[in-house]
Amino acid sequence: MDQELNGGQERPYVTAKASKHGGGRKTLSTKKRYIINALLFVAMLAIGQGLIDGDFISRYQTTVIEQIGIYIIMAVSLNVATGYLGQLPLGHAGFMSVGGYSCAIFIIRMMPVFDLNMRSFVTGEPMAVVLFVVGVLFGGLMAGLSGLIIGIPALRLKGDYLAIITLGFAEIIRVVMLNIDGVVGFELTGGAKGLTGIPSYTNFLNTFIVVGIVLFLIHTMMKSRHGRAILAIRDNEIAAEATGVNTTYYKTLAFVVSAFFAGVGGALYAGCIGVMAPAKFGFMKSIEILVMVVLGGMGSMLGSVLSATVLTILPEALRAFADYRMVVYAVVLILVMIFRPQGLLGTYDFSMGDFLEKLINGELFRGKSKQKSEEVEANA
Amino acid sequence: MGTILSVKDLRVSYGAIKAVKGISFDISEGEIVTLIGANGAGKSTTLNTIAGLLKPESGEVKFKGESLIGIKPHKIVSMGIALCPEGRRVFTQMSVEENLEMGGYTRSDAENQETMERVYERFPRLKERMGQSAGTMSGGEQQMLAMGRALMSRPQLLMLDEPSMGLAPILVQEIFDIVKELNEQGTTILLVEQNASMALSIADRGYVLETGTITKTGTGQELLHDDDVRKAYLGG
Repeated sequence: MDQELNGGQERPYVTAKASKHGGGRKTLSTKKRYIINALLFVAMLAIGQGLIDGDFISRYQTTVIEQIGIYIIMAVSLNVATGYLGQLPLGHAGFMSVGGYSCAIFIIRMMPVFDLNMRSFVTGEPMAVVLFVVGVLFGGLMAGLSGLIIGIPALRLKGDYLAIITLGFAEIIRVVMLNIDGVVGFELTGGAKGLTGIPSYTNFLNTFIVVGIVLFLIHTMMKSRHGRAILAIRDNEIAAEATGVNTTYYKTLAFVVSAFFAGVGGALYAGCIGVMAPAKFGFMKSIEILVMVVLGGMGSMLGSVLSATVLTILPEALRAFADYRMVVYAVVLILVMIFRPQGLLGTYDFSMGDFLEKLINGELFRGKSKQKSEEVEANA
Repeated sequence: MGTILSVKDLRVSYGAIKAVKGISFDISEGEIVTLIGANGAGKSTTLNTIAGLLKPESGEVKFKGESLIGIKPHKIVSMGIALCPEGRRVFTQMSVEENLEMGGYTRSDAENQETMERVYERFPRLKERMGQSAGTMSGGEQQMLAMGRALMSRPQLLMLDEPSMGLAPILVQEIFDIVKELNEQGTTILLVEQNASMALSIADRGYVLETGTITKTGTGQELLHDDDVRKAYLGG
């Protein structure tokens, strides 16, 4: 039936919409879908960079855009553990901090080795680019490693217990960053005064590219059989186990992947802000990220992207009322939980390929109402 | 036919509560064997232990001569044992087709295509509802899906935990007919039921479990006509 549709490789992972439609329907191959998405990505990147180079977007606005990118990475990575795996970790800021400190310290220590200075990162010398890539990966790996260390014991527990363990873990990280200098005997993190002298290696271009890569990787993972296994665990852990999913492995994998990308986000954050201080990665930071995921809809990548964008712009736009920011957070959370407990988008995810397919088949509006009536029938 | 599964002196506890207190039974290839008993007799505990979901305190479980103790559930599935768990436990957020694909998780895509065809042949209702999300289906359809999903792993031994639970009588009959057909096509079946008369009428042999111990055993017909069994489980 849908043999042309991606040769059975790419399956929508929330509901099987594709199989509903009969033959004679025009479909897009996986390759075409990738090309379309890649072109859109490059176009957006070019427009953004053009606007910045043409001074249509100020430096300040550029920084806000970079932060949006960073929080998109944070929200989407937390979504792997929260939305897809169905656990509730409360220590995402801990992984972010591990990634940020690791990357920043790595780059600072490597700069003299490769004879680079603060300017090298702004002008984009080749060696600086290499150092950036290695540094971000290093940040991700360190965070992933700490995710593995905490995940193995924590994932034996469920729900509130897991939340408390991860919360405690993030606190430990914060205290370690605060006091490690005294333990190792030389200046590593800078303690409470913070880590300074971080070159501003984060810019619009590399943030945008990293966000693209992260979204692509997580999307691909969730569409693979590994992703399906993770979704099966969320849906019904016992059934997943009974059908042959190695639940321990996949729970740990999802947790580590989540931590890894949080570390990548943290690495960009360090280069964007320029100063790392343990106080930035307290409990509230974890909650902020969780709010983004819950608000957007647990299990929806687009939801995470949208709410990360809105919730990063909002406090900036309301700078004058910044003190009320947390009040707004609280009120928004309460309202969403009352009126839309599944989050703004639920588990819906947008696919450019599916959208275009519907467009060329003229089903854009028809398809939706048809689907609805089918659902009503099923419920009756 | 040889013994496919043998359980010896199996003991399982939940903390201080002893759920299964040293039971032994075996199943020959091609048989339907049923474990009947009241609530809390230890039937589901036994199945879950065989499937590797629970760890026994002591005892032996052997599948075709190989010990299953300490083996992870996903390995046991690929060895050829499938559990269709109590209460159906379909993946409610996935479509029928995705549920079946999950059932064949330990198999290759090519094998799954073939098995799925057969499952759809056996359960035409599932084919009609291929794209529907499993949570919106009726209890009977979900039971069929759960069984279809278990079959996707191409088991040699299929363990069914209370397949008739919460179903209308006409559907119960349908489910048991299917169980019998599956058996005739070569799948060995271990059936756990509270609906003792139904289970015993299709079973080759049965075991009666009472608070964690086996109190009676015999062929399906023997047990069906046993006075004690009639009194306790078949309403006199």
